[in-house]
Amino acid sequence: MIGLLVSLLAFAFVVQVKSNAADSQLANARQDDLVRILSDLNAREQRLREEIATLEATVSQLGEGAQGREAALVEARRRADELGILAGTLGARGEGLVVRLRAGAEPIPAATVLEAVEELRGAGAEALQIAGANGRVVRIVASTYFADGSAGSAGAGVLLVDGTGLTAPYILTVIGPAATMRTALTIPGGVSDAVARDGGTVMVDEPGEVTVDAIHVSRGLQHARPVD
Amino acid sequence: MIAVLALIAGVVAGILLEPTVPLALQPYLPIAVVAALDAVFGGIRAKLDGVFDDKQFVVSFVSNVLVAAFIVFLGDQLGVGGQLSTGVVVVLGVRIFGNVAAIRRHLFRA
Repeated sequence: MIGLLVSLLAFAFVVQVKSNAADSQLANARQDDLVRILSDLNAREQRLREEIATLEATVSQLGEGAQGREAALVEARRRADELGILAGTLGARGEGLVVRLRAGAEPIPAATVLEAVEELRGAGAEALQIAGANGRVVRIVASTYFADGSAGSAGAGVLLVDGTGLTAPYILTVIGPAATMRTALTIPGGVSDAVARDGGTVMVDEPGEVTVDAIHVSRGLQHARPVD
Repeated sequence: MIAVLALIAGVVAGILLEPTVPLALQPYLPIAVVAALDAVFGGIRAKLDGVFDDKQFVVSFVSNVLVAAFIVFLGDQLGVGGQLSTGVVVVLGVRIFGNVAAIRRHLFRA
């Protein structure tokens, strides 16, 4: 009897040890332990899901923010380029015309050159430069003034553009819609007629792509300030 | 001795047969084993004291196992299964310590 009991004990001992080593603890746990473990796991799952939702929201926010910033950057660059071309601080190239103003017996007055520039602007010119036979080139911007040389110290036949003296023939390089600008120059009573009246000639060339690379050095505004 | 041989036989059977414990008994088996161990150590101590009695040993063995299992089962029904199980294991452990100490005193003096 004792032998039987002892052998039974040894048997149960070995079985229990093996069972403990093999199975996970869950198989031996009692019901309330399992319920507690289950509710712990549920709470943990809930917390992790909330964390995932928060992180996903952050990722999408960052993504949007980055896209927004990217778009703003592209827009700002585009505006900077546009304003640079208009202000004359950047070189430009594109479709346009090369207009040669050749003087006749009398020099071409500044007013005529100004009229030509204004006509071209009206026709949609975006960047203009004027070169003289003496090799000087001046970028024409909103603040550019034209004056006749004979009125100042430069002498007759010299065109003063922003203070730089240019000798005829003048070459206007313009970037803009070529056909419109050509039409603007040749309207009756327009620039072509005005130059012809003074004995000169206007030759318009359309090379396909022109480059305006003269730079205007801005002095900065001394009087005007932005409204806001 | 028969007991030692029976012990070895039980161990070998446990290793070779590899039975799976039925699910209902699984929480009670460890408690039962510890209770039985307590009874065995008590028996060894009685033997060394010279007051060993076969019938007493058998009765104490069986009743230890049944009472321990019953207490744990009651605890599960009441909802304090974990705590009662811990309590039973502690008490059995204390008794085993006591018996082993007595055995040690016997062995190292005699």
